[in-house]
Amino acid sequence: MARERTNDQMPDWSNYRGVLVFVEQRNGIAKNVSWQLLGAGKKLADKLDVSLMALVVGDQVEHLAREAVYYGADKVFLCEGPELKDYRTRPYSRITLKLIEEIKPEICLFGATATGRDLAGAIATHLPTGLTADTTELDVEPHPSRLLLASRPAFSEKMMATILCKQYRPQMATARAGVFQALPRDPGRQGEIVRIDNPMSEDQIAAKVVEFIEQRGGVNLEDAEIIVAGGRGLGGPEPFKMLQELADALGGVVGASRACVDAGWIKHEHQVGQTGCTVRPKLYFAIGISGAVQHTVGMSNSEVIVAINKDPNAPIFQIAHYGIVGDLFTIVPAITREVKKRRAAKLDPTAAFRA
Amino acid sequence: MLHIVVCIKQVPDSREIRIDPNTNTLIRQGVPSIVNFYDLHGLEEALRIKDQHGARITVVTMGPPPAEKSLKECISLGADEAVLVTDRKFAGADTLATSYVLAKTIQKVEQEWGPADIVFCGKQTLDGDTGQVGPGIACRLNLEQLTYVGKVVRVDPEARRVRVHRYLEDGIEVVETSMPVLITALKELNEVRRASLPGMIRAARYKPVTWTTADFPDIEVSKIGLKGSPTIVAKTWVPEARKIEGEMISGDTPEQIAEQLTAKLWESDLAEKLGWI
Ligand SMILES: Cc1cc2nc3c(=O)[nH]c(=O)nc-3n(C[C@H](O)[C@H](O)[C@H](O)COP(=O)(O)OP(=O)(O)OC[C@H]3O[C@@H](n4cnc5c(N)ncnc54)[C@H](O)[C@@H]3O)c2cc1C
Ligand SMILES: Cc1cc2nc3c(=O)[nH]c(=O)nc-3n(C[C@H](O)[C@H](O)[C@H](O)COP(=O)(O)OP(=O)(O)OC[C@H]3O[C@@H](n4cnc5c(N)ncnc54)[C@H](O)[C@@H]3O)c2cc1C
Repeated sequence: MARERTNDQMPDWSNYRGVLVFVEQRNGIAKNVSWQLLGAGKKLADKLDVSLMALVVGDQVEHLAREAVYYGADKVFLCEGPELKDYRTRPYSRITLKLIEEIKPEICLFGATATGRDLAGAIATHLPTGLTADTTELDVEPHPSRLLLASRPAFSEKMMATILCKQYRPQMATARAGVFQALPRDPGRQGEIVRIDNPMSEDQIAAKVVEFIEQRGGVNLEDAEIIVAGGRGLGGPEPFKMLQELADALGGVVGASRACVDAGWIKHEHQVGQTGCTVRPKLYFAIGISGAVQHTVGMSNSEVIVAINKDPNAPIFQIAHYGIVGDLFTIVPAITREVKKRRAAKLDPTAAFRA
Repeated sequence: MLHIVVCIKQVPDSREIRIDPNTNTLIRQGVPSIVNFYDLHGLEEALRIKDQHGARITVVTMGPPPAEKSLKECISLGADEAVLVTDRKFAGADTLATSYVLAKTIQKVEQEWGPADIVFCGKQTLDGDTGQVGPGIACRLNLEQLTYVGKVVRVDPEARRVRVHRYLEDGIEVVETSMPVLITALKELNEVRRASLPGMIRAARYKPVTWTTADFPDIEVSKIGLKGSPTIVAKTWVPEARKIEGEMISGDTPEQIAEQLTAKLWESDLAEKLGWI
């Protein structure tokens, strides 16, 4: 009996296998999201019983191909050339497209960064296939459906949506930095490195990168193990010095709510939350921060959260492991003093008795 | 004269959307519709280029008929022409189907008013929030692509080059390319002007050009709307607030509180992980 082909029935995609991760880099330094994606990709590949592949593009980036292996890739495609030093949409998308058409991965992952979104958006249109944006959860259905379950926040993070791509391959997604966990780096890991060609020469590329102006000012919230974040309760830019002292004592960095950034008290690069960084440090201090959902989506996965707020009903206390109701201006300096004392005690165990 | 096309989307102000706690569904009633604000920055930049070099500006949107309101707003700000592409068949489009229809629209705009030199899109929308439509249009029309643009340094109509600053996570990239080019706009790009009185008067009388599928004889129906969309929203849910057995720390003095807190932290396994002990 002939069965009717319903819309839900999937075409035969058995020639598409494996998971491919795009490794983003600048000046030979990989973005951490790349290794985080290899960590996420490894879980998917293992569940599907396929190999995890990576693509490294740039100038003199062979070491990154090896790093990709250490971070979990079974096979790394490497495309090098001086004309590939800076990311430019045309050559990078050509290279990636050609590779995807050749190796036919069933899943392709990119960082939800400016570069990752720029590149993935171009490729998905060209292929064509579906592209799920800005995912924060990735899973797969086992064989035979092998569907990527790509979930992303929606409506200002108030909801989550799981998005599928049934009728096209590969299934593509960009994934947010700081959400997925990289595997521990294992320099003993073995993998294959395959060199591929760049089909474009410099004179075929209209875009010229004139200059890159680094703007990091040393803050790297996404990789920080300890973050001391302040909110509107600080009342101005001055008290951030107090937070910096606590951060220094702990060996952490300073974060902020958007209220402070909007008020011009601190630069945007310190902002945690929906329109700032997503962080998952081991220890997060929320000081004078009320705990609006747009803030907490960016930090609720911290291992330990300490909240200090004068309002006992502040929503931040609902997600805090340790809550302190009181005036931040007296409590924070006291904590800093106590932390210094304890850390000094480690360096000189007798110090505690002399204090 | 330069021809600039600005893509705008009318969106519900998602900042105003609430979740019904009983049904876990979105409450859309009373949520105002606005022009996606990044798109207004794209329009403003087009207007500045027009002020400096002279240009014709065509605004386009794909959306339901009420989106006319947003187009009129763009006319009041100084756009020359506005096109509404509307048809039930376009409904349910994901970014792939959306960029297909918008690319077709821009081609038709070019037939009517001449080739486009610059296409502006917003960095992303407030609702779908993917940032994928811009690169999708650039790919389909074979335009140069400059995303995340926070500053247009220079537009040179003779040399047909543009130089911009792209604002990336780790810094600013100064990049130059040739026209025709698609630029996606950040809010840092400019300060959006207010409508002028003559602009408002023109907008009040203005009727946007409206096209439906019938106006696109060569459109492939398999590529539009829900049918033309590879991505499917399988389910939505409201993330559960993480339940934490939080502990309140209190004391008579700040010193007591600090001593208790640090004692807890130092006793936990954090201390070892962080190398404090
Ligand atoms: C689309 C959108 C995106 C957003 N993105 C972000 C984002 O990425 N990140 C972000 O943080 N926000 C974001 N917001 C803003 C968010 O909704 C909140 O407005 C913001 O997080 C509030 O910041 P706050 O907690 O510092 O300020 P408030 O809510 O004003 O809280 C200040 C807190 O300080 C306490 N306080 C005051 N004085 C003292 C004192 N002396 N001692 C102790 N406590 C004190 C008060 O009790 C209060 O709880 C976004 C909003 C929208 C609409
Ligand atoms: C909760 C939710 C999640 C979604 N997730 C995905 C997903 O992961 N992948 C996917 O492919 N689709 C997704 N969609 C569908 C997507 O929102 C629609 O395709 C939409 O038509 C365009 O995408 P966008 O809003 O993300 O636009 P963006 O790509 O963010 O828009 C960028 C710019 O393109 C221009 N533009 C966008 N739409 C129009 C328009 N209709 N008319 C004129 N100009 C326009 C504007 O200048 C805009 O600033 C999702 C929708 C929702 C509601």
